[in-house]
Amino acid sequence: MRKRGGLFWFQLGFTLLIVSFLIVPVILSMLAGLTVNYQSGLESGLTFRWVAAVWEGYRQTIFLSIGLALASLAATLVLGVPAAYVLARARGGWARAIEELLVMPVAVPGLATALALIVAYGTWGGFRTSWTFILVGHVLFTLPFMVRSVLAVMHAIDLKTLEEGAASLGASFGQRFFQVILPNCRSGILAGALMVVTLSMGEFNMTWLLHTPLTKTLPVGLADAYASLRLEIGSAYTLVFFVMIVPLLVAIQWAAREPRARRTERA
Amino acid sequence: MARYRLFLLILPAAIVFTAFFLLPLAQLFVIGAGGKDGIAAYAAIVTDRNYRASLVATVLLSGGVTLATLIISGIAGVFLTRNRFPFRPAVTAMLTFPLAFPGVVIGFMVIMLAGRQGLVGDVTQWVFGDKLVFAYSMAGLFMGYVYFSIPRTILTVMASAEKLDPKLEEAARSLGASPLRVVWDVIIPGLMPAFVAAGAICFATAMGAFGTAFTLATRINVLPMVIYTEFTDQANIAMAAALSFILGAITWLVLAVARTAAGSSVAAAG
Repeated sequence: MRKRGGLFWFQLGFTLLIVSFLIVPVILSMLAGLTVNYQSGLESGLTFRWVAAVWEGYRQTIFLSIGLALASLAATLVLGVPAAYVLARARGGWARAIEELLVMPVAVPGLATALALIVAYGTWGGFRTSWTFILVGHVLFTLPFMVRSVLAVMHAIDLKTLEEGAASLGASFGQRFFQVILPNCRSGILAGALMVVTLSMGEFNMTWLLHTPLTKTLPVGLADAYASLRLEIGSAYTLVFFVMIVPLLVAIQWAAREPRARRTERA
Repeated sequence: MARYRLFLLILPAAIVFTAFFLLPLAQLFVIGAGGKDGIAAYAAIVTDRNYRASLVATVLLSGGVTLATLIISGIAGVFLTRNRFPFRPAVTAMLTFPLAFPGVVIGFMVIMLAGRQGLVGDVTQWVFGDKLVFAYSMAGLFMGYVYFSIPRTILTVMASAEKLDPKLEEAARSLGASPLRVVWDVIIPGLMPAFVAAGAICFATAMGAFGTAFTLATRINVLPMVIYTEFTDQANIAMAAALSFILGAITWLVLAVARTAAGSSVAAAG
């Protein structure tokens, strides 16, 4: 190993500074959520009082967010996986065009999409006030991630040869799709699913306009708490959110690393 | 037969997408032109003094955030690709970790750092005897946007830095180029496609971001906040529709141009 010069230490220091910029506030807010009085510091003692207050006042938002995330996952699986298959098989110009279109809800700000949904369906009373109104927004926003993720795997494997092989052995289309294609796309479906659940749980830009007082999601509740309650309760609520989202983020990183690790093993 | 099957398989996605995205967006466009100004509402973003000011502020903010993020990610990304040291994977993981934090939470992180009870305030109080609080302003917003942009760019920059050929740098160095020259003439051009792709995502996300500004201060004059205020407080739905349609067109265009220019297919997350 060559000797490390001043440049190395400068860059290391810079990188660690950036890491602390990202991580320190997370730790501070977790501590604040467990401290009796954040202003007087840790000496005031640790408590679960604020977490309990969040559970008391906001647990509905937690259940709704989990429900929305799972419903978005179901919808993106049913809509997105077949769509990815079609886009992988039909590599014409129109397939590219459809892919471009499908990705639009990610490129267009959530605020605009939400306004569009409200002007189009806002007067449909039952729909507007139900949780499915938010679900529609979440599905639009997360669908591209499922499609892209599955499509990437489908492009990487030789879909056509696999299918022709199965067909030559007499497999029907249903058998080919469920027993050959889907198992081969496992890693893409898993990565897409993790992304969909994580993004749905954290979606705010659209949800803030789509929600009603009876359909508050976790991030909507967070905005509420930040604006009107003491710092400790906002922090405790954020802590609850972190506890839900961090395992998902770790899983996403793990799923992204897996194929690379596999490739190295083979090589 | 096969074509027919492909058509059937994409039909559900196509129906949902058309009913809940394309048609509502078309309706948004029509409503934007249906206010008291008619179709001229679409020009208001440049003809009206207030809207133009917030457009300029939003573009400047997003541009500044993009530049700062690319410099930070460039330095940290190249460093992490080139050097092996203990805890390197952990450092990389921590830099990408806040990727899926919603804007509201990022706003709260800025409050934890630079708010009334924040770390910066405590430290400055202790050192200078004067409390520095800047979370609830454009500076706080800038900080928040850089916070959520770093995780979005660092991986793209690292992937591209891995492909840089160290031989080119050695050649430049052996020909007598200073380290700064090597960075400027060899490393930056090599990373340019990644910078364009990642920078476009930063810019578009910052243009359309809403949650962070919402948490920090509703009076910050950026376009998404203006749209929100037009919609809720002023009940000026036509103007809100026109402005958000234009905003959507801008972010979509930036991403589309960058994708064509960089030849990659990176999806944004907002």
